[in-house]
Amino acid sequence: MTEPEQANHAHAFLLPDQLDALIERLREQGYRTVGPRVVDGAIVYRDVERADELPHGYIDTQDGGRYRLVRDEDAGAFDHVVGPDSLKRFVFPSCDTVLRADLQDGSWTMTPAGLPDEPVAVIGVRGCDLQALAVTDRVFLEGPYVDPLYEARRRNMFLVAVNCRRAAATCFCHSMNTGPAAGGGFDLALSELADGFVVESGSAAGDELIATAGWPAPDTARLEQARAQTAQLEAEMHARDGVVRDDGAMSRQRSLDTEGIHDLLLGRLSHARWEDIGDRCLACSNCTMVCPTCFCSSVEEVSDLAGEHVTRERSWASCFTAEHSYMNSGTVRKSIASRYRQWLTHKLASWHDQFGMSGCTGCGRCITWCPVGIDLTEEVAAIRD
Amino acid sequence: MAAKPKLAVFKFASCDGCQLSLLDAEDELLAVAGAVEIAYFLEARTQTVDGPYDVGIVEGSVTTEHDRQRIRDVRRQCKYLVSIGACATAGGIQALRNWAAVDEFISHVYARPDYISTLATSTPIAEHVTVDFELRGCPINKYQLVELIASLLKGRKPRVPEYSVCVECKRRGTVCVAVAQGVACLGPVTQAGCGAICPSYNRECFGCYGPKEQPNPTSLAAHYAEAGSDKMHLVRLLRNFNAHAPAFRDASDLVESGAASGDATEAP
Repeated sequence: MTEPEQANHAHAFLLPDQLDALIERLREQGYRTVGPRVVDGAIVYRDVERADELPHGYIDTQDGGRYRLVRDEDAGAFDHVVGPDSLKRFVFPSCDTVLRADLQDGSWTMTPAGLPDEPVAVIGVRGCDLQALAVTDRVFLEGPYVDPLYEARRRNMFLVAVNCRRAAATCFCHSMNTGPAAGGGFDLALSELADGFVVESGSAAGDELIATAGWPAPDTARLEQARAQTAQLEAEMHARDGVVRDDGAMSRQRSLDTEGIHDLLLGRLSHARWEDIGDRCLACSNCTMVCPTCFCSSVEEVSDLAGEHVTRERSWASCFTAEHSYMNSGTVRKSIASRYRQWLTHKLASWHDQFGMSGCTGCGRCITWCPVGIDLTEEVAAIRD
Repeated sequence: MAAKPKLAVFKFASCDGCQLSLLDAEDELLAVAGAVEIAYFLEARTQTVDGPYDVGIVEGSVTTEHDRQRIRDVRRQCKYLVSIGACATAGGIQALRNWAAVDEFISHVYARPDYISTLATSTPIAEHVTVDFELRGCPINKYQLVELIASLLKGRKPRVPEYSVCVECKRRGTVCVAVAQGVACLGPVTQAGCGAICPSYNRECFGCYGPKEQPNPTSLAAHYAEAGSDKMHLVRLLRNFNAHAPAFRDASDLVESGAASGDATEAP
């Protein structure tokens, strides 16, 4: 678990082959180590035990409804950006048993699920996803009700962030002020250079790991280079807002104008664009499943045939299903257009009322993983016009 | 309840795979047999008990005049009627005949076409009688069947979600074959229930569970067509085990006629 950022955290420099040492240290400390890996044509989070399992030499080109891995011999271990997985999977798993109930001799015994205690270290977390974690922390930990399962998993996390030096066309962290640099909330942050990694600690746990490993501090030139390359990417992202990129996807660099977005969206609930989106939207729920901040779940009792052994299971749910707004008189949001409007206005507008922050981090997953490529940045722009 | 509810299983035009799912529920079969009286289930036992029945499970589609009469009799005998599988809920793969000239292919296939007495269409049970619940799939999922029986015994709503296969893919962490590989996959318009088997083996969804709630196959097909999918490939994908399900049927007709692209679903 990380703490508020302090000024004097440690720095280190790792040679390329010392990534293994980092993974090893984490494993020695009892962490299950998870990082980006190539699986079935995408880069997703899976268990990582050696640095050579990381996606060296791969980049991802992304566009609305389109994701392709491309071999690039010049690419480092972290020149891909975000895939369909996010940290959500590790703090809020897609299916979780929260309670067991067993009927024996005519009486019920209720057994709440034990708290998960496996420490997990996630390697390769981006700025947008650190912000997503701040959002889900607000939802699950900082409201009137604390979610014990989330809390237990969150407390046991070690986060190794990466400062991006490349962005996909679907990335718009620069609009949401969440990247491409890892802003905070990490234990360690890596900047990948041609000859190694500059490591910056963001927590006492990170400091301790650097100190015990005995890694040298980076020289000023490398430290400066690390900062400069992410700053340069951010400047480039701003400079090419809306410009078509020629990186295989031939896609526009996304951006989102957030000026007055709360009143804009909530003031245009009858805009014709909503119905137009409703014609294209499949209500398949993919956007909400890949969104790192979408936190809806449904809780159901699953029983055996006799109804004597029951588990209460919580699984990811979506506001795009009819069931989500079902009340005893029926489904409230009957049309697909009304569901998309609910999702977008919540994410970008009423989230501010509810949680004092935006629900969007600019990661672009909902654009890429929409099977028909619906692009929220484009929809907001259309509603703004 | 005093007496055990009487369960009957009826077969119409089908491959038997769905009723086999009940026999295949090995771990739960004894519990099922203990909870209900299996009164009529020819695949499991030759001994039968006369109706009326509390629960009737119907597999298969209506393809003959005899079927058409018999399903009415089955309905009359069953308090609660459940149709199971793509044949019973959508007409099955044999509903491809609904786009063909039946007399013509009978004359090609059978030495004595005059022995064949069949309807020109294959239709789901619900087109003939009122059905209380439809359990989808080709074949159905045995866990859903056991869940359905359990829900009937307890008088509660069965946990049979109507959302898309995509929800199952994302929950299990399967990478989307449509987005990452450009394969035309029916998952976004198909009802969950199979556990997203095909995508987990790196294959596209073939729509075995039929259209999900409020599907939008026209938008999906238009997107695939624009991304380069062959029009007839999309028609064949939609005309599979659930070809006659209205959403798939209408979308396949639209794609075939060329009307699916260039309408409101055109990507901006």
